[in-house]
Amino acid sequence: MTRGPLDLVRARPEPPFEFSFDGEQLTALPGQTVAAALWQSGRLAWRRTRVGDRPRGAFCGMGACYDCLVELDGVPNVRACLAPVRPGTRVRTQRGDGHDELR
Amino acid sequence: MTNSADAAGDHESYDLAVVGAGPAGLAAAASAAEHGVRVALLDGAPQPGGQFYRQPAAELRAERPQALHHHWSAFQHLLARLDAVRERVTLLSDHHVWSVTGGSGAFAVHALTGPDQRQARSLTARQVLFATGAHERQLPFPGWTLPGVVGAGGAQAMLKAGLVLPGRRVLVAGSGPLLLAVAASLTAAGATVPLVAEAAGYLGYARGARVLAANAGKLVEGAQHGATLLRHGVRLRPRTAVVAAHGTDRVEAVTLARLDAAWRPLSGTQWRVPCDAVAVGHGLVPQLELPLEFGCHTRRLPDGSAALVVDAAQRTTVPGVWAAGESTGVGGVQLAITEGELAGLAVAGQNTAPRSLLRRRSRQRAFADLMAARHAPGSGWTQWLDDATEVCRCEEVTARQVRDAVAELGAADQRTVKLLTRAGMGWCQARMCGPAVARLCGAPNADRHDDGAPTRPLSTPVPLGLLAECDTNAPSSEGAPR
Repeated sequence: MTRGPLDLVRARPEPPFEFSFDGEQLTALPGQTVAAALWQSGRLAWRRTRVGDRPRGAFCGMGACYDCLVELDGVPNVRACLAPVRPGTRVRTQRGDGHDELR
Repeated sequence: MTNSADAAGDHESYDLAVVGAGPAGLAAAASAAEHGVRVALLDGAPQPGGQFYRQPAAELRAERPQALHHHWSAFQHLLARLDAVRERVTLLSDHHVWSVTGGSGAFAVHALTGPDQRQARSLTARQVLFATGAHERQLPFPGWTLPGVVGAGGAQAMLKAGLVLPGRRVLVAGSGPLLLAVAASLTAAGATVPLVAEAAGYLGYARGARVLAANAGKLVEGAQHGATLLRHGVRLRPRTAVVAAHGTDRVEAVTLARLDAAWRPLSGTQWRVPCDAVAVGHGLVPQLELPLEFGCHTRRLPDGSAALVVDAAQRTTVPGVWAAGESTGVGGVQLAITEGELAGLAVAGQNTAPRSLLRRRSRQRAFADLMAARHAPGSGWTQWLDDATEVCRCEEVTARQVRDAVAELGAADQRTVKLLTRAGMGWCQARMCGPAVARLCGAPNADRHDDGAPTRPLSTPVPLGLLAECDTNAPSSEGAPR
């Protein structure tokens, strides 16, 4: 039997729901942050850096490093490790400073 | 304890504002309120507990959150005490304090709240207590910006709150006692930890035998983590570091190396280990943006980081401002609670603190100093950088650029390097690269009572419209510009 974090704390979460990441439907558990839901789906990167166009994701996990910035329902520069994911949330990879389309 | 998420009327006023609802802040709020003080307890997280007692969101309905925790009963006890004095404690969760202004007798505390932290909320308090905690010290290495390389504390936080893992095979590396706790949590939660690489040696603890003997609980705790790791077949390798992470779009393997006492990699000792995540951290550093901006003096800890100077009653050098917990020197949950108790009593005017509490603080402080000295980063870690290693993650500034600024342009401190290269100018405001850049500028100057890091007028990003509205003399209580 594979034991996971949910088994360890005997979590009986409320039913999962769907949200989208770059157009793809993924599943999250109520109460999870965007970063946690993406980790659960096996994704570690959801930002491309401004200078080197390199992939980034969560690093400090507590809102201090801003590496996990993501576009959430059209709003860029949201910290994925703090923002809760909700049913139907549209998450998109953030490119650059999140305002590239303004250039 | 009243949980007041809605903005109340204008000019909410309290006897004491406690910034940070971790172990120290909870203990301070409880002991002050038990002696009649009216307390506002502010914290950025949705639930009290701080990083240490971070819990799964309520909707995840975890029956046994304590399976991911140590000292859980101490937390429950603090919450029960706060509940008993709830008419005098207002808990303001999801409040990110970005500035404290004013002076003794009339402080104004400014916070951001709401779903996207764009609503302003201010309150006044006669005294302020900073229990702002710590964040992880990071040292760069080639590949450390690859997805899958995460903070050890970050992996722990994501696990405790979101019940998720960054991968199945997670290597743990860095330095400090947190690594053992993280490795134990990860394995308990189902991850495979192929190795814990600790850059320091454990033998050094032997030189602090008397301090250790007086803190037997710490040994028991360490032994419990050790037993968990042994049971899962996890090897602990002292004097070993991850000197490079490999992969294209995510980490696939790391190179490990044996280190000498100064943390220089020993040639011919490198080997490669496959993994799909790395949890890395080099101890904790006090989080001081708010108190530094306020002019509180700092002292240098044995590991080179700065911590607030406090007197026997936990007063900082600024009248009316108190501090407890990691902000006064990283020492762990028990010391944080002890300091919080003492600070709360002193704020309440209880001038004779129980001798037992005072003794406990000095015993736990001695252990903290021993720990900080044992895990202080050796200067040789800079040898594992290559030219292309990004030192500043936000601004993507490489080790080469920082070294050029120092060697060719004569930059002698962090501030000058920042002006020349943008290292430390990005979103995180040098929280991640600060210790590394300071070391690349040369050894910290022991004469200074700060760490040379420039103070920040704001501790968290604030919408400009909101700043423009903010009258710091007479704090307004609400406003939601976008």
